[in-house]
Amino acid sequence: MKYLYYPGCSLEGTAAEYNLSTQAFMQAVGAELTELTDWICCGASAAESTSYLLSLALPAVNLAIAENTDKNKDILVPCSACYLNLKRAEDKIRNDRSLSEKINMILAEKNLKVKGHTRVRHLLDVIVRDLGHETVQNLLKKPLTGMSVAPYYGCQCLRPYPLFDDPEKPRSMEPLIEAAGASVHSWDMGGKCCGASHINTKPETALQLVSEILKAAKGADAVVTVCPMCQMNLEAYQRKISSLCNEDLKITILYLPQLLGLALGISEKELRLDLNLSVTDTFRKKWC
Amino acid sequence: MKRLEHTDDVLAPIREKIQACIQCGTCTASCPNEFAMDFTPRQLWRMVLTGQKDAIFRSKTFMLCSSCYYCTLRCPRGLPLTEMMGALKQIAARENLAKHKQSILFYKSFMESVRRHGRVRESEFMTLYFLAMKNPFLPFRFALLGMKLMAKGKISVQIPSGQTEGNLDAIFRKAEELEGLKD
Ligand code: SF4
Ligand code: SF4
Ligand code: SF4
Ligand code: SF4
Repeated sequence: MKYLYYPGCSLEGTAAEYNLSTQAFMQAVGAELTELTDWICCGASAAESTSYLLSLALPAVNLAIAENTDKNKDILVPCSACYLNLKRAEDKIRNDRSLSEKINMILAEKNLKVKGHTRVRHLLDVIVRDLGHETVQNLLKKPLTGMSVAPYYGCQCLRPYPLFDDPEKPRSMEPLIEAAGASVHSWDMGGKCCGASHINTKPETALQLVSEILKAAKGADAVVTVCPMCQMNLEAYQRKISSLCNEDLKITILYLPQLLGLALGISEKELRLDLNLSVTDTFRKKWC
Repeated sequence: MKRLEHTDDVLAPIREKIQACIQCGTCTASCPNEFAMDFTPRQLWRMVLTGQKDAIFRSKTFMLCSSCYYCTLRCPRGLPLTEMMGALKQIAARENLAKHKQSILFYKSFMESVRRHGRVRESEFMTLYFLAMKNPFLPFRFALLGMKLMAKGKISVQIPSGQTEGNLDAIFRKAEELEGLKD
């Protein structure tokens, strides 16, 4: 299993632990990641909010680089926002001739050309469909017995391109959590939006959405995420939301490869749990 | 900051895409941000169809879209609703509408950092944003999170720097040029 790897800007900065734990986990299961050279920002939600063509051209630059690097490898993307931006560009390049021409006129400025031969994959997609829960089961070293985990998918790995899960009632993480020896916290917030992009410009709206998710997670030992923005929203405002709601809503929030990594016996240090903003002492004592 | 241009029909391309709306309200019922909007998504699409430009850009509705794609997934007519919310944001940004200054400056500061370096430098872009907002108190809202992140060594204090090697000037210029052309 060999992939081209697109980390994206968040994974170079505020989500470094997602980057490092993804690499540690993928190495442990025997997959090989080659980081795209000279990748650029996918434009996040800012490009879509300012310029339609840029919102496609920025991801397209990365697709062109990937095509030049190795046409046969899928592009692995851990950040859901990056994933959707790259996927959307891939979709338009393949299916909209006139748009694809415009995109290539822009790329020509950098002497690049994109043909539409890429296959953009979300990390969760790769773990679910290429590795499968059997891989976790086979390599299991430290079962997370007694741990209850709430899977949080967020939006953009599910919608609008439902390639590996049900976009209304996602369940793809459940067999993985069970294979890790933990149990699945039953809730219906898995695919709900956390309002991530609003936390800076419309904080009241976002905090309301996050508080509903944290309330529903009560009783679980941890929530797992597959997106740096969801992760930050769920972990960074717990104290504030707890005092607003007059309720203790503190809970451990981990990235999926961190949780699965623990079960595979990778050390807490290597998975960089020290960088997470919310890992409770009880959680550490019991499972790290 | 300008007011909306009245010269040409900026809504026309959006109207064309949502022509088939049957006003069923599925989009409204699906929207996680509806509680904070002044017009529901269904009402907004009606306003697009009837050309109520001023009211649309005076409302907060489109800026509150967080691109969760629920409405796009569920609309019985299969309309590209999330993209059309994006199209409204793009018009507001192009016209620098005073009413939406905060969001527009946020996105533009982000894009400025991308243009200069090819990748986002999170702390630089926040600094650009605070400078553009000319609001020295705004950073306090981020101070707590900022301190948490700094303690983890995830961000560093950065003074906005000039161009670097990986700048995307040519890409930005070409996109802007093509966007000026009508198809
Ligand atoms: S989501 Fe964020 S940070 Fe990630 S690459 Fe895309 S833009 Fe840059
Ligand atoms: S849940 Fe909210 S933030 Fe996380 S991906 Fe979806 S829109 Fe973005
Ligand atoms: S769901 Fe689609 S058809 Fe129904 S009101 Fe919304 S846009 Fe119109
Ligand atoms: S995509 Fe935007 S408008 Fe549609 S449901 Fe989600 S937040 Fe609401």
